[in-house]
Amino acid sequence: MSLRPDLAAIAEMIPRGSRVLDVGCGDGALLEHLIRTKAVDGRGIELSQQNVNACVARGLSVMQGDADTDLNDYPSAAFDVTILSQTIQATFAPKDVLNHLLRIGRRTVISLPNFGHWSVRLSLLVQGRMPRTKSLEFDWYDTPNIHLCTISDFVSMARSTGAAIERALALDENGATREMQAEAWGPNLLANGAIFLLKRKTADGDRTTRPPSGLNA
Amino acid sequence: MRLTPPPARLSKPALLLGDPKTRMTEIANPRFLRPVTASDADVGRAITFDAPLLLDCGRSLSPITVAYMTYGTLNASRSNVVLICHALTMDQFVSSAHPITGKPGWWEDMVGPGKPIDTDRFFVVCANVLGGCMGTTGPAELNPATGRPYGLDFPIVTIRDMVRAQAMLLDALGIEKVMCVVGGSMGGMQVLQWAATFPERVVSAIPMACAARHSAQNIAFHEVGRQAIMADPDWKGGTYQLHGTQPSKGLAVARMAAHITYLSEIALQRKFGRNLQEREQISFGFEPDFQVESYLRYQGMTFVDRFDANSYLYITRAMDYFDLAAEHDGRLAEAFQGSKARFCIISFTSDWLFPTSENKLVAHALNASTATVSFVEIKTDRGHDAFLLDEPEMYATVRGFMNSVAASVGA
Repeated sequence: MSLRPDLAAIAEMIPRGSRVLDVGCGDGALLEHLIRTKAVDGRGIELSQQNVNACVARGLSVMQGDADTDLNDYPSAAFDVTILSQTIQATFAPKDVLNHLLRIGRRTVISLPNFGHWSVRLSLLVQGRMPRTKSLEFDWYDTPNIHLCTISDFVSMARSTGAAIERALALDENGATREMQAEAWGPNLLANGAIFLLKRKTADGDRTTRPPSGLNA
Repeated sequence: MRLTPPPARLSKPALLLGDPKTRMTEIANPRFLRPVTASDADVGRAITFDAPLLLDCGRSLSPITVAYMTYGTLNASRSNVVLICHALTMDQFVSSAHPITGKPGWWEDMVGPGKPIDTDRFFVVCANVLGGCMGTTGPAELNPATGRPYGLDFPIVTIRDMVRAQAMLLDALGIEKVMCVVGGSMGGMQVLQWAATFPERVVSAIPMACAARHSAQNIAFHEVGRQAIMADPDWKGGTYQLHGTQPSKGLAVARMAAHITYLSEIALQRKFGRNLQEREQISFGFEPDFQVESYLRYQGMTFVDRFDANSYLYITRAMDYFDLAAEHDGRLAEAFQGSKARFCIISFTSDWLFPTSENKLVAHALNASTATVSFVEIKTDRGHDAFLLDEPEMYATVRGFMNSVAASVGA
């Protein structure tokens, strides 16, 4: 089974042999791919019981848990890369989650849907209803995506954590990617989503990062 | 159930020949606390080891008999061994009829042909714990020094001592590595202890509904049980066997109190509510008006038919003393430092005896020691006992994990 194109684009950013924590790892497709093709030491966190079982059956190491509550338990700099794929919009406290990801990993890869896409804007403008798109197909009252944002919104939050944006990719509706300027207005209007490679600021300069938990690494 | 005798026969011990300290005798018919009533039930086997076992309490114990059951067949490379560690009041009859009660094995839905722990593929071993009363040496056994039952002269045993006795059994069976060690509750404690004490022998581990240490609340409940036993005049300072009595009332009360902790408030409410037992209205007396009372009394009553009161004291104490981090200056992560095992930790949402938070502490410690660990929390309202019950998600987790481990070792 071939990997979803947006996941393949994430995989391409992961260095060989690195330690990887995939937060919201789903059924483990990306993790398994990374272990097989890049010999990473991969771990996952996943909310859904069914997905965790799929991961366990694949021989993956996955913790059933919640990005909002469980990242606190991970020691700082325990991983080379932390991944959050298509999940940040469903977290309760996206900025806290991002800060944890930056703290736990030396680098962080985040992909997200873009609520600034022209079709979303148009839908709200013309119909006057909360937009429903192919990737965000829920009604406003039952959506798990409680913190939707545009590419520009995310970039602004990422900057405020002090993280450096090392790479930014725009995703089209088929998951194909191309390099973009993080702050450019074009992708914020035209891209269906984006993938960012972030690097945390050095520890003492970043006041927004929570102190590490009491775990002895 | 098809039962295959273990191919590693003890008349030709595989590993221990030439060591005069490891003299042992195979016993075809283990002796249990009570007579066998289910005549067609497999009673399993036992081995008596003459060499003394040095216990954590500083005393040594010899001889030691370990009674066990096996299911399935050991493969040629001896790589398909699954060791099951049983809980406080369970025993080695995992997947076959209990010889005393005649009831089905306590984990027949989990262990058997085609089951998640598939005895068509794996060789399953389960031994009665040290201090138990189903054939393994415990306080009811005769003390060779006095010719009388040990009673309270039996040394205090720990979870680690139980695990050491199991390791002696595996040595005797010619089994070096265990593909998977599995157990819930006190069985889960033994699983963790196995990984910590014999890291080189454990390929994978499934600790379920357990903790790395017994909590204050759990110790408190155990103390209630022990005091109930000791308050029974028939206990006679633990020498009841000499007097031909047994503290049935005390042991039954201990069981009743403990049984409440194995369930959940919701499960009790759903099962019994305030339903009355065989009556239309309350009796304004102390007869068991409510179904829940009658149920608990039944649980207590049937328990004394198959369990020894002193064994209950000793095994609950072993659980109380369990604190894996204490062996490592309070750092749990260090307990697993040498382990290359893969772990799959399973907890249950409504288990308040060994809650998810306790299970997660173990998972985090394993993560911190860079072990390979998965953690699954099963949604259920059936409390601690859920690990013994029909929980499809639990079966799916165990089956998937067993398959992937088996593939990795070629079993």
